[in-house]
Amino acid sequence: MTATLQRTAGPLRSDLVVANLESVNKNYGDVRALRSVNFQVHAGEVVALLGPNGAGKTTAVKLLLGLLQPNAGKVRVFGADPTNPENRMRTGAMLQVGRVPETLRVREHIDLFSTYYQKPMASAEVLAVAGLEKLSDRKFGDLSGGQRQRVLFALAICGDPDLLFLDEPTVGLDVEARRMLWDEIRQLVSRGKTVLLTTHYLQEADALASRVAVINKGEIIAEATPAAIKAQTAGKRIRCITSLPLSALRQIPGVNEVKEDREAIELHAAEAEPVVRELLARDRFLSGLEVTSAGLEEAFLALTQDNGKTGNHAN
Amino acid sequence: MSTAAITITNPQIQRSPSHTAMIYLKEAKYEFLKTLRLRMYTASVLSFPIMFYVLFGLVLNSNAMIGATRVPTYLIATYGTFGVMGASLFGTAAGLASDRGLGWLEVKRASPMPPFAYFAAKVVTSMVFSAIILLVLFALAIAVGGVRMPFADFAKLLGTLVAGSLPFSAMGLALGYFTGPNSAPATINLIYLPMSFGSGLWVPFMFLPKIVRQIALVLPSYHLSQLALGIVGAGTHESSITHWEVLLAFTMICLGVARIGFQRDQEKMYG
Repeated sequence: MTATLQRTAGPLRSDLVVANLESVNKNYGDVRALRSVNFQVHAGEVVALLGPNGAGKTTAVKLLLGLLQPNAGKVRVFGADPTNPENRMRTGAMLQVGRVPETLRVREHIDLFSTYYQKPMASAEVLAVAGLEKLSDRKFGDLSGGQRQRVLFALAICGDPDLLFLDEPTVGLDVEARRMLWDEIRQLVSRGKTVLLTTHYLQEADALASRVAVINKGEIIAEATPAAIKAQTAGKRIRCITSLPLSALRQIPGVNEVKEDREAIELHAAEAEPVVRELLARDRFLSGLEVTSAGLEEAFLALTQDNGKTGNHAN
Repeated sequence: MSTAAITITNPQIQRSPSHTAMIYLKEAKYEFLKTLRLRMYTASVLSFPIMFYVLFGLVLNSNAMIGATRVPTYLIATYGTFGVMGASLFGTAAGLASDRGLGWLEVKRASPMPPFAYFAAKVVTSMVFSAIILLVLFALAIAVGGVRMPFADFAKLLGTLVAGSLPFSAMGLALGYFTGPNSAPATINLIYLPMSFGSGLWVPFMFLPKIVRQIALVLPSYHLSQLALGIVGAGTHESSITHWEVLLAFTMICLGVARIGFQRDQEKMYG
């Protein structure tokens, strides 16, 4: 098992903007991928761009990497145009790739990418940080999904960049592989790197980021700490077996939603205690009581629903 | 907005010439290793011209003549051209189409790799594989086919055909920009097999129907094979300058098409 490292949240964030999208529009034909997006990444912070598939996360990253040009607005990285070759020396990117040359060995891929940079990390260090020491002689085509992602991660960090873009780094990975990559990302953050991460898992944003920007349909709809995002949207789920009719349950103050689930019912409420008190008072034979935090994914869904623009909008 | 954004004034990466040379070298080295380990490539592109030469030049017709030239000699020029074509077209187009279509090229573009190094590596790799095919053909021709030519002619043949890899690499880059990762190999075959036949690389040129011989005049493979045949003493009386001019023009056109593809990709629409 991998040790869980301490989260390096905290106010490392400085006022130095290292990456900046200013009123950026990006269209693909008729599809508006980004609509007047304003978004900054500050030196030393880990920001997650959180949103469902097709929200515009990858487009934002590719604009910042200079792989795409905006239709309107300004894109700046380290104060310069992102296509500036000098910027590429200071940035690393982990993108979603369909096929990586499979006949090259892990160490060969790393050796080649390290050569591009002025002051690369030692390859032994890259292998260690990415957890690839034992795999360095394997051909890329012989690796598992999680191992492949770690190689792409190694290629992103091998130049010892100041700013790192991780586009959906753990998509498609199983839980263990995901946690392993999280640990690796945390190690890197503890070295003072600035990271922009995109993900559609709120849990991942919560685990890694000090700040989360929620993006949906090309617009940033919320920007806050992960805790604040959860608090804004998440409530409690109360499950119990009761003889009370559904209509009576709906009338309990604080209950947002009532669902039947097999023999039990499930209530959703902002706060659990007053509802539970009321339930116990009304039905003394109530049994099987369970209170859980509403899932992170539900919180996220609530945010990204069309009418879910609760508070704390992006400016 | 930031109060202290860093402004970079120098738009060029400052690398020492030796660092730049190292990048080009490693890019080429790994392109070569990557390709060498692709069984698809070595099993077909490298071995077909050699197998054909062994079969039709050494086993079956080793004492026959084509005009005034012995078959084992004549076929070094034609299967040599065939081998160079295949190595160059597959060496550039298939990899480029796949790298482009499946996102690998974007990872490279996001890195500080000099873009030209990527293309140079493919072209150089194609030339190296062309040279390998030719050297194997020469060795077989000398050792088994009893082919005797002055060393200078072998060197000239090698130089000509390896240089002749360039038009096909250029064509491969153009194809790589206008085919998808799955359609590229089929498209290459669709072009390169008929082109080989039509240029007299399988059946000696004079035995081809007249209409095919007329079409051949616009095929780069015809002109390269005529240059090679000229060196082994089986050429026509056409001037070799014309052949070089056609190959040069063809290369420029293909590079122009590849450039259009390259620029189109810079603005490619990704989701």
